[in-house]
Amino acid sequence: MVRLKRSAMLWAMAVVVAVLATGCGGSSKSKGGTTTPTAAGGKGGTLITLANAAPAGSPDPQVNYTLQEWQWLILTHDGLVGYKRVSGPEGTKKVPDLATAIPKPTDNGKTWTFTLRSGIKFSNGNTVTANDVKATFERLFKIGNSPNAGSWYNVIVGGDACVKTPKTCDLSKGIVVNGDTITFHLTKGDPEFLDKLSVPFAYILPADTPAKNLNLPPAGTGPYKWVQYSPQKQMKIVRNPYFKEWSKDAQPDGLPDSIVQKFGLSVEAEVTQVENGQADWIANADSIPSDRLPELSSKYATQVHITPLTAVYYFAFNVRVPPFNNLKARQAVNYATDRNALVKLYGGTNVAVPTCQILPPNFPGYKPYCPYTVNPGSGKWTGPDMAKAKQLVQQSGTKGASVKVNSDTTEVDKAYGLYFIGLLNKLGYKASPQFLSNDIQYPFIQNSKNKVQFAYSSWFQDYPAASDFLDILLGCGSFHPNSNSSPNIAEFCNKPIQAKMDQAGAMGLTDPVGANNLWAQVDKEVTDQAPWVSMFNPKLLDFTSSRVKGFQFSPQWYFLLAQASVK
Amino acid sequence: MLRNRIALSALILFVVIVAVSFAAPLYAHHIAHTDPFASNITGTTVVGGKRVDVLQQGGGTLGIGVVPIGPTWHSNFFLGADNQGRDVAARVLYGGRASLEIGIGSAVLCCFIALILALVAGFFGRFSDTILSRLMDLIWAFPVYLLAISLATVLLTLPNGLQWGFIHVQPASLWVPTIIIALVYVPYVYRPVRGQVLSVREKEYVEAAVAQGASSLRLMFGEILPNVVTTVIVMLPLMIATTVLTEAALSFLSIGVQPPKASWGTIIDDGQALLYSRPWVAIAPGLMILLTVLSLNVLGDGVRDALDPRAKLRLKG
Repeated sequence: MVRLKRSAMLWAMAVVVAVLATGCGGSSKSKGGTTTPTAAGGKGGTLITLANAAPAGSPDPQVNYTLQEWQWLILTHDGLVGYKRVSGPEGTKKVPDLATAIPKPTDNGKTWTFTLRSGIKFSNGNTVTANDVKATFERLFKIGNSPNAGSWYNVIVGGDACVKTPKTCDLSKGIVVNGDTITFHLTKGDPEFLDKLSVPFAYILPADTPAKNLNLPPAGTGPYKWVQYSPQKQMKIVRNPYFKEWSKDAQPDGLPDSIVQKFGLSVEAEVTQVENGQADWIANADSIPSDRLPELSSKYATQVHITPLTAVYYFAFNVRVPPFNNLKARQAVNYATDRNALVKLYGGTNVAVPTCQILPPNFPGYKPYCPYTVNPGSGKWTGPDMAKAKQLVQQSGTKGASVKVNSDTTEVDKAYGLYFIGLLNKLGYKASPQFLSNDIQYPFIQNSKNKVQFAYSSWFQDYPAASDFLDILLGCGSFHPNSNSSPNIAEFCNKPIQAKMDQAGAMGLTDPVGANNLWAQVDKEVTDQAPWVSMFNPKLLDFTSSRVKGFQFSPQWYFLLAQASVK
Repeated sequence: MLRNRIALSALILFVVIVAVSFAAPLYAHHIAHTDPFASNITGTTVVGGKRVDVLQQGGGTLGIGVVPIGPTWHSNFFLGADNQGRDVAARVLYGGRASLEIGIGSAVLCCFIALILALVAGFFGRFSDTILSRLMDLIWAFPVYLLAISLATVLLTLPNGLQWGFIHVQPASLWVPTIIIALVYVPYVYRPVRGQVLSVREKEYVEAAVAQGASSLRLMFGEILPNVVTTVIVMLPLMIATTVLTEAALSFLSIGVQPPKASWGTIIDDGQALLYSRPWVAIAPGLMILLTVLSLNVLGDGVRDALDPRAKLRLKG
C-alpha cells in the first residue's frame, strides 16, 4: 500500500484508530490536534492544496496507486460500492454507491449480483449503464499496467486469461450483464472482493474510454470532474454539472466549487504558505521537518489535526542472505532496538507509538504482542534488552559480519538508517550505509538481485484486512525473485505459517471472527520469526489554513477534501 | 612571500584550520567527552546544573516535534546537537579532517596525474599528445559536477567497492570521493601545464641537453619538469580550494563522504532540516568552508606573486 513519505508508490489508505468524538460532521470547534471534525461551513470557493510533486506514475485512474491521487479520484468517480464518507470508525463501513445495495454472495462466495442505480450520469452527460461496468473491468486488464490487475481482479472468471493476453481481454463469462443487473462470477470465494471494488482501480468509466494510459482522468460520476493535470504545475477539479447526490453516505456533494493542488514548493515553504493563509492544506505534511512541528504546536494548534493511522514503519531483514538468514541474529537486533529513539526521530510520542508486531492496533486480527522488550508479557514495548541482544549475537555466530543498512535520502528516513548503523556496530557487526534516492530506493530493495541485507520501508493499508499486511508483505506468493515489484522485501516464506494464512483467508467469508483469531496467531508467529524490526505505528498530522472549516478524516481516504469549506 | 602580509595571514589561517581539524579526537575525547559518530537520540546532558534531553520534545498545546539542544557555549555541545543527538562542534572538527584530507588528497593526486600526462603529451607530441589531449577534452566536455555525481553514484552502489588488482576500495571509504574529484579536475591542470611543457621543450637549454645526448626521461624529469613545476605549485592551493568545495557539494548530495562519517558537506546536509530551529548546525561547517576557501585563494595569489618574476617586478615597481 501507499508509502506517504515517498513520491514513488504511495501505497495509501489508513484506518482511524482513535475513537473520534461523538457526532460526526461536528459543530464544535476543534481544540487542535484531535480528530474532531471542525465546524462545517458553506459551499463555494477554491480549496488550495500543496504538494511537493505530482502523484507518482500515470494519472490514469486504473493505474495510479497513490493516496495523493486517490483522494481526488474518490471525488470524481464512483465504484459499485464504496466506503462511507465520514470521520471515525464508521468510515471503514462499506455502503452501496452506484449499486442499489450491497449483495450477499452466493455459490460459496463465488457469485455477486449487483443492481445498478438508474439515472446516474457521467460528467460528459452520458448515462451510466451496466455495459460501462463490464467495459471498465476489461479495460483494467487491457491497459496492461494496472498494478493489481493480476493479483486482485484476476479472481473474476476470465481474469487470468486477460492477464496473459490483455489486448483481447473478454470477461463476458466473469461479468454477466442483464439490463441493470451485473453478476460477477469468481474462480473462488474472495472475502475481500467488496474492498477491491471500493478502490479507484474499480471505479466505473465510460465504456468508450480508450484502453491506454490517459494524461487526464476521464469522465466520472462524482461531484467534480478533472480539468487539469500538469505534473510540473498543478491539478484541478471543478464541479460536475451532471452530478445529483444519490447517497450522502457513498458520495456526498462537495463544498468547494473547485479544488487545486499546486506542485513544486519545498515543504518548509508549504508550511509558511498555509500559516499565511495563501494555501489551505499540505498533502505531504508527513515530511514537515520535526523541528518545525513545535512552532505549529504553539502558534497554530487549532489548525493541526493528528490522527492515528493503520500503518507500520519497519526495517526488513533479508532472511535469505547472511547474517540475517540466522533467526537469532534477527531477534538480537529486535531486542536491541530502542523504539523510543526511533519514535523521537519521527517527531515524538504524540505522533507515533512503538510496536514490535506486524499488524497495527485496532486492525482486524490485531492482538497486542511484543516479545522484544524488557519485561515482556504486557504486549507493549517498554525498553530495549541489550544484554539479551548481545547474548543472541554471540550464540548466532554472526558477530563481525558486514551489514549494509539501506534507507533513502529523505532526512528522517536517513536518520533511521544512521540509528541502525550505530546499533549494529554496537552489537558487533560492521555496518555501513546504503542510502539511495527515494525515487529508486523502494524498487531497489524489492529486487532480490540486489541482495539488500537490511532495508527501511513502511506500509499503509489498502483496506482493513489482516491479509493486506501479513500475506502481502510476508506471504510466499508475494516474493517474486529478481523483480522490482516484490513487496515481500524480507523474502520471507514459512510454509506452515503460509498454510495458516491461506486457511484464515478461506475462513474470511464464512467465519470472520474465527479468521481474525487465526490472523492474530499468524501475526504472533511471524513476529517470533523476526523478518522485520517493526519500529512504530505513525499518526498523521494534517495542517490546514485558518479558513478551512469542517475538517473530516476518513479512516480509508484520510482528509475528505470535498467536505471542507473555505467559505 | 613573507613580505606579503595578506598571504601570510591566509597561510596562518589555513594552518590553524588544519591544526584544529586534525586535533578533533583530542577535542572530542578530552574536552567534549563525546563520540561524534554514534547516535545519541535518547541521551542527556547537563546545562546550567540541570540534566536535559539532548533531543527535546516540542512544547505547545500538542507537544509534537523534536528539537536538538542548541549551543551551550560550554565544552559539551558547544554548538549544540544535530538530529542524531551528536555534538556539532566535535563533528565540525572531524568533518574538517575528512574535508581537508579529501581536498588536499584529491588536489595533489589531480596535479600529479595532470603533470605526468602533460609531460608525456607535451614532450613526445604527435600521437601521444593527440590521444591524451582528446581524452582530456572528453572529460572536459562533461560538466564537472555531473561527471562527479555519475561516477560517485556508480562507485557507491558497487556491492564490493572498487577492485583494482590488489587495491580494494570500500564504497564508504574516503578514497572514493578523493579519486573521483581528482579525476574530474585533471584536464583543468593538464592544459596549462602541457602548454608550459610545449614552450619549455623548445628552449635552448633543452636543445643543449638533447645535443649532449640526454635520454627522454632525463629531458623530461631533469630539464623540463623543474621548469614547469612552479605552474603546478601556484595552482595547488587554488585546486585545494576547488576540491574542498566539490567535496562539500558531493557530500551535501549524499554521494561524497558516507555517514556516519562527517565532512563539512554532510554536516550542512544534516543542518538543512534544522535551519529554522538550529541554524548553527549548517552555519558552522559553512563558515569553515568559507574560511578555508578564502585562505587558500589568498594564499594561492600570494604563491603566484612570489613565484612569478613579472609579479615581483610589479611589487617592486
